[in-house]
Amino acid sequence: MTALLEIRNLRKAYPGVVANDDVSLTVQPGEIHALLGENGAGKSTLVKAIYGLIAPDQGQMLWQGQLYAPRAPNMARATGVAMVFQHFSLFDALNVAENVALGMDHPPRLRDLSTEIARVSTDYGLPLDPNRRVGDLSAGEKQRVEIIRCLLQKPSLLIMDEPTSVLTPQEAETLFAALHTLKDQGKSILYISHKLKEIRALCDQATILRHGKVVGTADPQTATAADLAELMVGTRPTAIARQVRAMGDPILTVQKLSLAPRSDNDTPLRDISFVIRAGEILGIGGVAGNGQDALLAALSGERSSQGDSIDLTGTPIGALGPTARRALGLLSAPEERLGHAAAPAMTLTENTALTGWDRSSLARGGWLNWGKAQQLAQDVITRFDVRTPGPQAVAQSLSGGNLQKFVMGREILQDPKVLVVNQPTWGVDAAAAAAIRQALTDLADQGTAVIVISQDLDELTEIADTFAALNEGRLSPTHPMADLTQEQIGLMLGGDTPIMCSEISPPEAQNPGPALAAP
Amino acid sequence: MDLSSINLFVLIASLMVSATPILLAGIGELVVEKSGVLNLGVEGMMITGAVCGFAIAVQTGSAGLGFIAAALGGAALSLIFGFLTQVLMSNQVATGLALTLFGLGLSALLGQGFIGVKGIDVGPVPLGPLADIPGLGIVLFRHDGMVYVSLLIVAGVWAGLRYTRAGLILRAVGESHNAAHALGYPVIRIRLAAIAFGGACAGLGGAYLSIVRVPQWTEGMTAGAGWIALALVVFASWRPWRVLAGAYLFGGLTVLQLNLQAAGVKVPVEVLSMAPYLLTIVVLVLISSGKGASGAPASLGTRFHDSG
Repeated sequence: MTALLEIRNLRKAYPGVVANDDVSLTVQPGEIHALLGENGAGKSTLVKAIYGLIAPDQGQMLWQGQLYAPRAPNMARATGVAMVFQHFSLFDALNVAENVALGMDHPPRLRDLSTEIARVSTDYGLPLDPNRRVGDLSAGEKQRVEIIRCLLQKPSLLIMDEPTSVLTPQEAETLFAALHTLKDQGKSILYISHKLKEIRALCDQATILRHGKVVGTADPQTATAADLAELMVGTRPTAIARQVRAMGDPILTVQKLSLAPRSDNDTPLRDISFVIRAGEILGIGGVAGNGQDALLAALSGERSSQGDSIDLTGTPIGALGPTARRALGLLSAPEERLGHAAAPAMTLTENTALTGWDRSSLARGGWLNWGKAQQLAQDVITRFDVRTPGPQAVAQSLSGGNLQKFVMGREILQDPKVLVVNQPTWGVDAAAAAAIRQALTDLADQGTAVIVISQDLDELTEIADTFAALNEGRLSPTHPMADLTQEQIGLMLGGDTPIMCSEISPPEAQNPGPALAAP
Repeated sequence: MDLSSINLFVLIASLMVSATPILLAGIGELVVEKSGVLNLGVEGMMITGAVCGFAIAVQTGSAGLGFIAAALGGAALSLIFGFLTQVLMSNQVATGLALTLFGLGLSALLGQGFIGVKGIDVGPVPLGPLADIPGLGIVLFRHDGMVYVSLLIVAGVWAGLRYTRAGLILRAVGESHNAAHALGYPVIRIRLAAIAFGGACAGLGGAYLSIVRVPQWTEGMTAGAGWIALALVVFASWRPWRVLAGAYLFGGLTVLQLNLQAAGVKVPVEVLSMAPYLLTIVVLVLISSGKGASGAPASLGTRFHDSG
């Protein structure tokens, strides 16, 4: 049998980094082939070469035995390659049909296309309304637009780049069913992911990349998750060490916190209530775009709310700004590390002074104590193993994982009572992610209440004591993590309430503190 | 004061003439901004168009050749901006401002020999019996060709953006250049084409001033019309018909205040002179403050770098 696609000794270098080095792989017809690797392992570069977005420096590709060298995506599409991007290549202001038309080389008239979209989407169990504006769709629906756009071109090879990173477990199941249908029709799928579980559930063959090189191939049906992880990361993953700890008193109480949306596409917060105790890690799960950014902003003080909707050990802080909240011990680290958590062109010392001047007394009478700021930055670098030449390096020169370690370390060393983080390990390599999770666990061991907002359920399962799900700006009741099954978590993420016997401490039912008068 | 001297039909007819320069410049800038580029050099491109158009029209005696030259001149100047911002990745705001200053200076130099030269006579398009319809004839059918051309351009831009594949691609590039690039569209080439179109339209607008409306060459004769055109695009929420409405509103108010001045209204001249600017902005702000009315292209003014 001739392979559908064969890649031989492909190499692509960018200034300062070899993204792909001597990469070879073979995709058979009717095969779901996994491309496994960490962020920065070179997966995206490889598929961009297949899709004609970049030209490899060396090596060749064969398509059904013929030499294949696409110079542009439309050549790749004409050959039979289609690609669903990780960061959607969609246009929010346009409707579904227009978006689909843009991805086709010879689109039919929009009206005919709409009929076609409706038909194909039902066939594959991915329903979609062709006339809706893409900006109004959920992430799962946006992905459907991408998939339908590909399917309409009847590809032989469908490339999917991290397709489930934005989906709820239920949406992922729907997607997997559609992929199996495609496979049964004899189409091949090149499936990029770093999630071992879904690769083992879905794929027939896996090629593992690390630092731009193929480090092995495996049959995911027989290999264990630990084997695959070891190939991918290079070392066996270590489990997070944590103490068995008793929860302390409630520290932060949020009651009926609501925020209006700031624009048409913004998610409002609706009546959010929860309590977190000292030493507790509360995991807040949710699919992207369900109000995570607004929740972080409301907790950090970037956006103010009703004074009594947030209460920190008896002090109503809802109306206070970030500086006042920091002074009281509520610190935070937003999702976007470059540009939000850190100023890109400023040095680590300056970035330390920016959030730490008050709590770590780096300023007196308006004059900054640079020596002390630098000392603190150096401390963060040493304690949290930030790989950088020193505190004089600018934030944007650090890799994602190192900057994230720095941002987390900077807040942790300021001795918070409550720490709120959003997506603490997003886009961070496995070793750094493990270090950050360990640091958050250690912090909770010392009695800090930690709120982790994350879209990575595995992360929350690993470190959180309690779990609540954010859906369209509403927060579910909080449950102990250990009592929840994956299926129940999935239902919570979708906005449903699973039947539970262990719901804990909704604020209404709890004995309020003296300063917390009933509304 | 004698308000009876103001004839409504003449007023409407002259507002169309008065609005045509900013209408042309505005519709061109709309296309540029729809592609995701913010070109603040409209004023500079208009004045360059004005001098190129006037010079060629006077020397050949043909208004048509003058307008063609103006469009070419505006487009050429805009491509300097295009080269700097799209190829060399310079900052769009700063480059646009520089383009305005450069255009003003260049036009003054080119226009040295044309100061005080009498312009050519541009008559109305002969529309036969239509021009003799009472009232309507004066309002609609006794204009020079460019008034009709400008309306055709507005209709063409509207239909092109809405119904054609090229228009869809242009809007897509303005919405998300990364996504458009990922799909294989040549972002930079599309933007350069849009910039050149915007420059040509601005050039036509400027030449309308120097060939038809004044008709003479004086330094700095556009007097801020380019900036009004820029504001118009924003307040019109990037919709062609609203640009038309806004331009005619501004033109109408300008003509009206001139008439009121002539009629001797007891309001200081300065207040009358600034009224069109103020009222146009107020009205457009009210229009564009409605929910969902803003339609700014998401990539407007951001740099696109093809990093592979």
